[in-house]
Amino acid sequence: MNNTLAVLTSGEASPGEVVAATGTFGLIAALIAIPAAGAVILLLAGRRSDKWGHLLGTAAVLASFVVAVVLFVELLAQPEDARTINQFLWNWIDVGTFQAPFALQLDPLSMVFALLVTGVGSLIHIYSISYMSHDPERRKFFAYLNLFIAAMLLLVLANNYLLLYVGWEGVGLASYLLIGFWFHKPSAATASKKAFVVNRVGDFGLSLAIMMMFATLGTFTFEGVNATIDQADSNTVTWIGLALLLAACGKSAQFPLQSWLLDAMEGPTPVSALIHAATMVTAGVYLIVRSAEIFNLSETARLAVVIVGTITLLMGAVIGSAKDDIKKGLAGSTMSQIGYMFLAAGLGPVGYVFAIFHLLTHGIFKALLFLGAGSVMHGMDDEVNMRRYGALRSFMTLTWVVFGIGYLAIIGVPPFAGFFSKDEIIHAAWVEHPVAGLAAMIGAGVTAFYMTRMMAMTFHGKSRWEDGVHPHESSPVMTVPMIILAVGAVVGGFMMLYVGNIEEWLAPVVGFEKAEGGPPTSVLIAMTLAVVAVGVVIGWRQYAMRAVPEVAPTQVSALTVAARNDLYGDAVNEALFMRPGQHLTRTLVWTDNKIIDGAVNGTAAGIGGLSARMRRWQTGYVRSYALTMLLGVVVVGAVLALGVLL
Amino acid sequence: MNPTNYLVLSAILFSIGAAGVLVRRNAIVVFMCIELMLNASNLAFVTFARTNGTLDGQVVAFFVMVVAAAEVVIGLAIIVTIFRTRNSASVDEPNLLKL
Repeated sequence: MNNTLAVLTSGEASPGEVVAATGTFGLIAALIAIPAAGAVILLLAGRRSDKWGHLLGTAAVLASFVVAVVLFVELLAQPEDARTINQFLWNWIDVGTFQAPFALQLDPLSMVFALLVTGVGSLIHIYSISYMSHDPERRKFFAYLNLFIAAMLLLVLANNYLLLYVGWEGVGLASYLLIGFWFHKPSAATASKKAFVVNRVGDFGLSLAIMMMFATLGTFTFEGVNATIDQADSNTVTWIGLALLLAACGKSAQFPLQSWLLDAMEGPTPVSALIHAATMVTAGVYLIVRSAEIFNLSETARLAVVIVGTITLLMGAVIGSAKDDIKKGLAGSTMSQIGYMFLAAGLGPVGYVFAIFHLLTHGIFKALLFLGAGSVMHGMDDEVNMRRYGALRSFMTLTWVVFGIGYLAIIGVPPFAGFFSKDEIIHAAWVEHPVAGLAAMIGAGVTAFYMTRMMAMTFHGKSRWEDGVHPHESSPVMTVPMIILAVGAVVGGFMMLYVGNIEEWLAPVVGFEKAEGGPPTSVLIAMTLAVVAVGVVIGWRQYAMRAVPEVAPTQVSALTVAARNDLYGDAVNEALFMRPGQHLTRTLVWTDNKIIDGAVNGTAAGIGGLSARMRRWQTGYVRSYALTMLLGVVVVGAVLALGVLL
Repeated sequence: MNPTNYLVLSAILFSIGAAGVLVRRNAIVVFMCIELMLNASNLAFVTFARTNGTLDGQVVAFFVMVVAAAEVVIGLAIIVTIFRTRNSASVDEPNLLKL
């Protein structure tokens, strides 16, 4: 604690004062503790809690959400420069100068995350009650969901990087458990393993970043790092930034660590909604925005973030355009939208706020889209192939309406949520990096195309169902959360930007500058909307006005083939890492067997052979021993005689 | 008196004894050859005692005789025992030490 205080008094860069948690703010720990307790109870109680496990799990997250709302109201009442609240719980590691407090930090940034995680998380929990009602392991599912929420809250509420790392790993563990929830399917087991392994690559980056921080700054609390980072060597800062970017890429499925996300669709649909909207993939964006002070000092690291974001937003959109699996289409879309957030975060102070803004609106409408997809799958006997959907509009009117709202929100039609956030990002990108701005605009067009394709193939056109499928609307337990999210997707963007003034809310934490210059906003909006309209028209003409074949056509362009294969991400990984790795291990095994074992066994065999030869000298004949003795005497005598003579 | 002749005789006797030990198989003959070698050495000792004009060599010769007497007692006992158990006085027969 002393360490932290010393840093605080000397720090000019830290935004406002850090206030110790008193009164209502003592509840910060409860945010994490409630879902964590839910997970522990459900896992320890085992089958005895099967009857009420789902209710307890949902109640835990709802309670956490209520706490978040209470804290939010309390935080609003604080003056603007006193909204960073620290709650010190206990000394976690205390070894010499290495101090790791188990302390939580609530500030406007972690507040919006806490609201998103618990709010959207609660709705997904409620939805899952009905979605998983036929699964015998529903109680375990809710335990894992609670664990996921608790880990994510720890991630966003930690006040230092090391504690953040704990949440970071917890999220990785929970995603592993949930993606592989149906582990009896080999594909799900493989997908969860893949997600875990790819995430480890990113985690390596985070641990490197923390080590570099401690080595150069002697601290890894947010305040400490923010206050002292400008004294560090600029190369070191860049390396820390790049290591953080690697970490963020892993968790947020950004290029080049994007390959796990599409396979992660093997998990139950509510898990996909949770991973893609509220937890997991948003962690990377959070990490970068949280480390704003580091990225502000390094042009190179910011440029790397912009490049990664731009590549991924285009990659994700292209992949999403070719997938027939509705969930994989949405997964490609998530990659693409997170790419937008990375792009915004890489722009520096003009973009951090909009990265978070887009993250929030995306969290709402992507959860809505996934829950909608889950509702469709539920009515279609778990069919995911959109080529076997069609004409579901009149059978699932409610799902059609809410999915349609999500659709309008993601393609950025005013006044839906996505319009405001995406538009701000495109504007800021045009000002800072015109190439990235152009890519973001093209990405918006492709987004419009693949989402229109998804809408048209699922809800419009002729029915192409399998025999014996009777589509039906889902139960209210599933539709009510979707309706709430749909309301959020309609008004969320407008409310946050104009009523809630999200820039002012976040500015004390991450800093904010208005992007000046560039083309006028109205022109950019018009251009973006025109591109979006082109995407919609192309998608509609191709997939709603023409018949959709039930089997994917094979005579398609090279780009489509590439997109169907996830732009060869797996092939590249296989060629670059897996095969050389296999060769390396094989060579090592060969070396071990032949050279190391060979040396050991060869020595033994040599000595054995030698002794077998020498054994023959032992004849047992007294006369030969006598001869040997005589020869020995002669030799000794000769030597002595020579010694005397010479 | 030329001591060289005595020493040459001693060497010849010793060589005959050594060759006998190496080539003969009968334990009794080997034994006698050993006696021959001991007496050859006695002859050399006495010769040197005479040459140097001291009594040391003669004393050692007595020691050798005593040792030879003791050796004969033990050696003959061993040979008789072996002969009793194996019905042979050949030195090649007891080769059990061989692996």
